[in-house]
Amino acid sequence: MAIDFDTIAAISTPPGEGGIGIVRLSGDEALEIAEKVYKQGNKRLSDQPSHTIHYGNLYNPKTDEKIDEVMVTIMKAPKTYTREDIVEINTHGGVLVTNKVLQTILAAGARLAEPGEFTKRAFLNGRIDLSQAEAVMDVIRAKTDSAMHNAISQLDGNLSNLISEIRQEILNTLAQVEVNIDYPEYDDVEEMTSKLMQEKAAEVKAQVEGILETAQQGKILRDGLATAIIGRPNVGKSSLLNAFARQEKAIVTDIAGTTRDVIEEFVNVKGVPLKLIDTAGIRDTEDVVEKIGVTRSKKAIEEAELVLLVFDQSEKLTDEDFEMMRLTEGKERIIILNKMDLEQKLNIDQLLNKVDPKSVIPVSVVESNGIEEVEKAIVNLFFAGKTGEKDATYISNIRHISLLEQAIEALDEVINGIEFGMPVDLVQIDLTRAWDCLGEVTGESVQDELITQLFSQFCLGK
Amino acid sequence: MQTYEAETYDVIVVGGGHAGAEAALAAARMGESTLLITINLDKIAFMPCNPSIGGPAKGIVVREIDALGGEMGRNIDKTYIQMRLLNTAKGPAVRALRAQADKHMYSLEMKKTLESTENLDLKQGIVEELVVEDNKIQGVISNTGAIYRAKSVVLTTGTAAKGEIIIGELKYSSGPENTLPSIKLQDNLRDLGFEIDRFKTGTPPRIHKDSIDYSFTEEQPGDAEPNHFSFETPDENYMALEDQYSCWLTYTNLDTHQTILDNIDRAPMFTGIIDGVGARYCPSIEDKVVRFADKNRHQIFLEPESADTDEIYVQGLNTSLPEDVQMQVVRSVKGLENAKMMRTGYAIEYDVIKPHQLRLTLETKKIDGLFTAGQTNGTSGYEEAAGQGLIAGINAALKNQGKEPFIMKRNEAYMGVMVDDLVTKGTAEPYRLLTSRAEYRLLLRHDNADLRLTDYGYDFGLISEERYAQFNEKRDQTERELERLKSVRIKPTQVTEYLEEKGEPQLKDGILAYDFMRRPYVAYDDVAAIYPADEDILKEVKEQVDIHIKYEGYINKAQRQVDKVKRMENKQIPENIDYKQISGLATEAMDRLSVIQPQTIAQASRISGVNPADIAILSVYVEQGSYETVKPS
Repeated sequence: MAIDFDTIAAISTPPGEGGIGIVRLSGDEALEIAEKVYKQGNKRLSDQPSHTIHYGNLYNPKTDEKIDEVMVTIMKAPKTYTREDIVEINTHGGVLVTNKVLQTILAAGARLAEPGEFTKRAFLNGRIDLSQAEAVMDVIRAKTDSAMHNAISQLDGNLSNLISEIRQEILNTLAQVEVNIDYPEYDDVEEMTSKLMQEKAAEVKAQVEGILETAQQGKILRDGLATAIIGRPNVGKSSLLNAFARQEKAIVTDIAGTTRDVIEEFVNVKGVPLKLIDTAGIRDTEDVVEKIGVTRSKKAIEEAELVLLVFDQSEKLTDEDFEMMRLTEGKERIIILNKMDLEQKLNIDQLLNKVDPKSVIPVSVVESNGIEEVEKAIVNLFFAGKTGEKDATYISNIRHISLLEQAIEALDEVINGIEFGMPVDLVQIDLTRAWDCLGEVTGESVQDELITQLFSQFCLGK
Repeated sequence: MQTYEAETYDVIVVGGGHAGAEAALAAARMGESTLLITINLDKIAFMPCNPSIGGPAKGIVVREIDALGGEMGRNIDKTYIQMRLLNTAKGPAVRALRAQADKHMYSLEMKKTLESTENLDLKQGIVEELVVEDNKIQGVISNTGAIYRAKSVVLTTGTAAKGEIIIGELKYSSGPENTLPSIKLQDNLRDLGFEIDRFKTGTPPRIHKDSIDYSFTEEQPGDAEPNHFSFETPDENYMALEDQYSCWLTYTNLDTHQTILDNIDRAPMFTGIIDGVGARYCPSIEDKVVRFADKNRHQIFLEPESADTDEIYVQGLNTSLPEDVQMQVVRSVKGLENAKMMRTGYAIEYDVIKPHQLRLTLETKKIDGLFTAGQTNGTSGYEEAAGQGLIAGINAALKNQGKEPFIMKRNEAYMGVMVDDLVTKGTAEPYRLLTSRAEYRLLLRHDNADLRLTDYGYDFGLISEERYAQFNEKRDQTERELERLKSVRIKPTQVTEYLEEKGEPQLKDGILAYDFMRRPYVAYDDVAAIYPADEDILKEVKEQVDIHIKYEGYINKAQRQVDKVKRMENKQIPENIDYKQISGLATEAMDRLSVIQPQTIAQASRISGVNPADIAILSVYVEQGSYETVKPS
């Protein structure tokens, strides 16, 4: 449930575009939270005058890891968009950094803003004109509903089950604690001891950490989105790769320990890091036609979370092309029709029979046409959470990641509280919080769940 | 029936149970001329079920009632026959007092208090009809034809409301303990358009104390350490342990269960004679045996009902089985082989006013000046009833006096949690308070009920000057002690031996006494031994200081949660909003909001079926004042 006037944060620049990314905070604690992560000598953000900009560095307060060099804008209430204190953190852009900044801010105590929430606050605080009421309402309604829908539908079934199981485990523990409290003379139930509770918390924490480990977006941001460029020889794979690689932010690495022929290359497409699979293969085989084999493509496709399937539209579709369409079926793919500068010989109808027309993008790599569209398509797929169905459990949503992190934090507090000698019924508060956070991920209703559990698990009277 | 004009009052309370007694006392003490009219004056604040008061959550409610100037705490402190502090090995948030009551003394004592209260008349009679004009209450009409007029009426009809007792195949119209039921009033409420539910509760058999073989039971004595519910009761009044009465523990066994299963076809809950909804937390023994078939035994507590009777309450054997089966069941229990059953257990079905029809003041939305409280609102338990009675009585008086209503928030009192739950979520079964219902239970402790609520009680005139001065002394002394402990440092040499004894590592540097006390093993007295205060410190103050310091981190965390929702809690929603005119609300939300008519944005957010988008939209409308209202129907 959105708490009305706590401090909220979100990325306010469009995903992946532009040279900088802005993370915006609004609320009473905006300055306080920003201060926790901002460092520049002894400078205290809350002492600075309103509407000023400050250079500094952003740190993860827990690990002291530096995240980015930033410019921080301070705007104190009431002369701000929301009429609350606002802090805007300008990062170096790119999804990786901007998301990391946002996650750090969330870990420091802000809540991820609901869609349209800044505008809603502006409105509630009387910043926006009355006549705009209806329009704003529609925006809130539409955005909130679709966001809720997306958030839940994006949850993989496996993951959802896994989290439900973890919640059930926590619930059993909670119910036991509650029974001990509300029915102290009821002798049928084992007393939940500190030791038991600590073990449970540690167990659950490990499970949640496991989920986060594979959290899709986090993983992509860390490891890159595994992308395979597939196609027959001479369709333009290599020039497409070079077109991406020409971007100044491309990083080319030779990862130690991998076989010589599988070199992974990282390119940054509008902020989405792509890990290109088997670029060596692409480069080698462009010249030596005989070496290409479907075997090699198969392997790349298997590893890939995203496939860029390239066809030469100046030639007819071959058996090999059809085979590759078949192999990539069910994968997230973008069909690139290259060589639009040449005469079309490829039978479009034949192609559209086999693939989603929306996934087809005409390109001329030589003339640099259509590259922008390909990049946009990649970014869109990434933010719709559609890429990366390779993992059984994945999370594509920053909100989910933030909730899981909060759950882990709460579980840590359970463990530490017991370490410090706090009674079970107190640390239980944090265990409940972990349970609530997980419930928000799966969208399960929490109303009276515990009480129902209490009475179905134990035979109670008095 | 020929009617006649009888007296006129400010407040009339209908019903003299735990809710009615508190409501009448509060109203009268607040200066309202008050009438309490009840079916049987010998059953004032009677306990037709278990002879005990308090326990987890409930015991805290009794302290809350006391802090507001209610009577339950004082009354039980005068009439208990055993006192126990429960959950002592657990944290401070869940400790709770429970007393075994002398149920006859309790009732008599409460009656005496009512009789001696100024502005308060007691009358025996059955109210059959409400006088209502233009949706405003005018008074009540009794079965003898008397019309009593009043500005406010509080209904606390409990299980008398169309009560029906069920024992096996037998079913008859009756209030609790074979008193007369209230029937016509219930028809009148239906005619007035109230939505009514049928709930069920039950009570076990009573047996003669001399027919028990105690050698098969386990004694459960009270505490030697003095404790009391009311702030006003001094420790020296505490009953010595040897004067207290014990309870006795025994168990059902497989024979018991077999007897029940053999006769299950005669159990009303299975034959369909009972259609009221029972509570999951108060199952009958037949229910337990069927639902938890894998359990080989269930606990039975034998509780004395009074110092002056030989009746023993067989807690754990709630049942509506036929009498002959009950007898077999009782006698199958170890120690009860020769038990003489004095009263047969029974189930009772009764009318409940669906509580979403109430405001948070317990005034009905439908009829101005009509309040309802207690079991009739769907709760179960003497404490829950008394708490509501007090809330209704206070609010009836405040309304008559043209003052602001009194609504406790969820972070202020269990009573606030209870009323908010009832009104906002309704209840599908008799509602009992549990500590798990309170999201801020660390703030709602029994040790700080006075700190939370005494100021309110004093403002209403329900707390005497003398008590208020004592209370302030406690509060101020606590503050002084906390400050003092922040001002003195403990040097490592001062605690060398102490830490050695405790097996804890030595201090490297000096540390504030306050911070030293954060350690779980350091008690207030340990620190006071090094730095004694220059005044006598009250026992209660030591407790407060200790809890405050030890659990400060958790208390602050809870407080931050409270602060976060404060703005939502304080954002009032005007009455009678026409939710259908608010575009953008989801249909379900529109319906739920229209029915419940929440009073704050926070309350609205707790209604099931109302999602965050609806709350956002509602907030905007409320903020802008751009809504339309409907006339109350």
